[in-house]
Amino acid sequence: MTDMLANEAPLPVLTPETTPFWTGGAQGRLMIARCGACRRYHHPPTPICPHCLSFDIMAEPVSGKGVVASFTVNHQAWLPGMRVPFVIGLVELVEERSIRITTNLVHQSLEAAYIGQPVKVFFECHDDIWLPLFEPDDAAGDAA
Amino acid sequence: MTRYLEKQTIISGIGQSEIARPSDKSALRLTIDAALAAVADAGLALSDIDGLATWPGRMESDPGLGPVGIGDLKEALNLQLNWFTGAKESSAQLGAFINAVAAVATGLARHVLVFRTVHEATTRRATGSGTAFTTRRVPDARFQWQLPFGAMSAANWTALYAQRHFHEFGTTREQMAQIALSDRRNAQLNPKAVYRQPLSMDEYLSARMISTPLCLYDCDVPVDCATAIIVSHVDAARDLRAPAIHVEALGSALKGRDSWDQRADLTTMAAHDASAMMWGRTDLKPADVDTAQLYDGFSILALLWLEALGFCGHGESGGFVEGGTRISLEGELPLNTSGGQLSEGRAHGYGYVHEACLQLRGQAGARQIARQPQVAVVSTGGGPLGSCMLLTRG
Repeated sequence: MTDMLANEAPLPVLTPETTPFWTGGAQGRLMIARCGACRRYHHPPTPICPHCLSFDIMAEPVSGKGVVASFTVNHQAWLPGMRVPFVIGLVELVEERSIRITTNLVHQSLEAAYIGQPVKVFFECHDDIWLPLFEPDDAAGDAA
Repeated sequence: MTRYLEKQTIISGIGQSEIARPSDKSALRLTIDAALAAVADAGLALSDIDGLATWPGRMESDPGLGPVGIGDLKEALNLQLNWFTGAKESSAQLGAFINAVAAVATGLARHVLVFRTVHEATTRRATGSGTAFTTRRVPDARFQWQLPFGAMSAANWTALYAQRHFHEFGTTREQMAQIALSDRRNAQLNPKAVYRQPLSMDEYLSARMISTPLCLYDCDVPVDCATAIIVSHVDAARDLRAPAIHVEALGSALKGRDSWDQRADLTTMAAHDASAMMWGRTDLKPADVDTAQLYDGFSILALLWLEALGFCGHGESGGFVEGGTRISLEGELPLNTSGGQLSEGRAHGYGYVHEACLQLRGQAGARQIARQPQVAVVSTGGGPLGSCMLLTRG
């Protein structure tokens, strides 16, 4: 498992609400809860739309493109054997900038991340969970 | 403003155990030490205590953070209770205190002993780990959005706020350092503080990083400690041994998202909701505050609390603390006068309440603010956790 980019950190327990988000990566898709009535996205997923209270909620694929809202280089090994340093990022989705995903920013140097950086998702499988990780989206313009 | 019932309550007694890393004593023994000290300080008898409150209550999953529950102390001291609560789902550490005020104001109890015990130094030494999240699956679903990515500590979660604050407002490490340096200067006057040796800007800037831009000195120090605060009805004030400290206003609001990463503005926190509520319940203004005891589990949090409470504008806290003079013991707003959690130790919220009472009573010894403070503000929490209160002297 040493070629894995994410550390062997605790994994989520799947629920009906969270399964699309944590397993969509099996099809290469980032799945975000969306309301069929008001069409707004929300995250984390809930069984009712917090905006309009509709129960018509479906997980829908988004583009997987985002913008770095913040980041930090973690140097502390919180678990025995944790590989450090690594970059924790907070990514806003281009479809709905108010939705953020805490993730790892990879496939670039530790110093390369910046607020406003365009990034795109890919997935790494750990047991039954597909973690959404993000890498630089060189094709995108600067979206700060 | 009299309709706000917290004004019917006072802090009648305070007590604190030793602060050690680690202590030879069990967490329950430390709690008993603090409780008996507070009861004696108030001039009460144990039989007067009819209410008990703590935060977060006993946590089997994290025995360093939640080693002692309501039942443990009730049984040890044979307390006869009319009302009690110990629950983690409230507005940060002060949530237990706020519940106690509500219980006293409504007459459910007359004297509530509020306690907060941590045994993190002992626990970390035993497990060799800086986190309680050592299971393969997240033990608490609320943290599933952070933990799988190695964002396993509040150090990481608050570092994301700090980075954003630096980006939006030009805040610098040298400015943030003033929280740590000011804490350390105050701790040198506090015999109980864990870290009392001088700390220079050069040492701060060359310290190892924990999670950028937070370095070692931006993170508080886990200790073994218990603090007890007794909340009583104002009618009891005349019977007390110590000067009564009045509860002027409370803030417990959470209007933004209950989340570490989804709040609309990443440079604000629940602190801003709680602060707005608190100022709405008093005629006092930020300029009336003589000392601030603000949560500094991470130095960035104290900066954000300064803004939330209106001591400076949004984004202006870096400039506000620049040079450190304003927040020093001799400055216009003495901050975290016991050394805060960064230098005195992580008593987890209740160290600030204890220190505010000492300062308002004029009992803070070598670190007593020279011009007797009349009004203190206390805050606890970061991210989606936030609560605050104004305390006044007599």
